[in-house]
Amino acid sequence: MKRNDWFLAAGILAAAAILLCFQMFRKTGDQAVVSITVDGDLYGTYSLDEDRIVEINDTNRLEIRGGYARMEWADCPDQVCVNHQGISRDGESIICLPNQVVVSIENGESSGVDGIAR
Amino acid sequence: MIPRRRPVLSGKGKRLKNRAAYFGVLTALTLIFSYVETLIPVNLGIPGAKLGLANLVIVIVLYKTDFKEALLLSVTRVVLAGFIFGNLFSILYSLAGAVFSLMVMNVLKTKKTLSVIGVSIAGGASHNLGQLIIAAIVVETYQVGYYLPFLLIAGVITGALIGITSREVLKRVRDVRF
Ligand SMILES: [Zn+2]
Repeated sequence: MKRNDWFLAAGILAAAAILLCFQMFRKTGDQAVVSITVDGDLYGTYSLDEDRIVEINDTNRLEIRGGYARMEWADCPDQVCVNHQGISRDGESIICLPNQVVVSIENGESSGVDGIAR
Repeated sequence: MIPRRRPVLSGKGKRLKNRAAYFGVLTALTLIFSYVETLIPVNLGIPGAKLGLANLVIVIVLYKTDFKEALLLSVTRVVLAGFIFGNLFSILYSLAGAVFSLMVMNVLKTKKTLSVIGVSIAGGASHNLGQLIIAAIVVETYQVGYYLPFLLIAGVITGALIGITSREVLKRVRDVRF
């Protein structure tokens, strides 16, 4: 193994670590919303504080519970989205590539929907 | 020490025939690796995170023969594995990663500043990067960028493991010519 190999590995890992730090320090805001897009178009936004089940076009089912959003069911072949852990932090997302569904947490502006905290 | 095997080929015609045979064997080998990969559940909830075991064969072929041969093998592998274990979507997705990583590895290999391990690490990382770019285009969102650090780390680890294995294999097949 050459010295340059180590430099390369260290460089990529450092880049990953920096990106990871940016993500880690993002906290869930007071008005965190779950935003769902299908095929690039907005499907809907939902408060993260209110427990509910969201049916997404018969292809995916999202569960929002206890401040976490997770994909409860999907008809996609890889089931990557279903195996994804629940998301709660700003910027986190669950992506179902086959169905082109993206669920992400955003620090949305208060849209006035469901102001009641859990 | 185990005595090294003598070169098994002689004469141009025989060599060409053997190449075709080798290509068949190597394609089968990559498919076996692809199959083994489906048996190991490495489902981290990250789209595109795979062990990339088949890449081991691709790296060795790249070093033993040339870019064209490795590319042909890689594309054949992705298409066949896609039809057997995946779907049309996964073919497009894997193809982007496989071709992109092979191009990166080829450039770095010819520069000779890295050993096979470094080349393989770059290949692993660029494989995941290529897939992520396709994913971003497919879902039309930059949100997939969220996975970038995890995929880079995964690429470095699998790339290093494949590189170390490739080095050992290349040492042992030094006298075998495809
Ligand atoms: Zn899915």
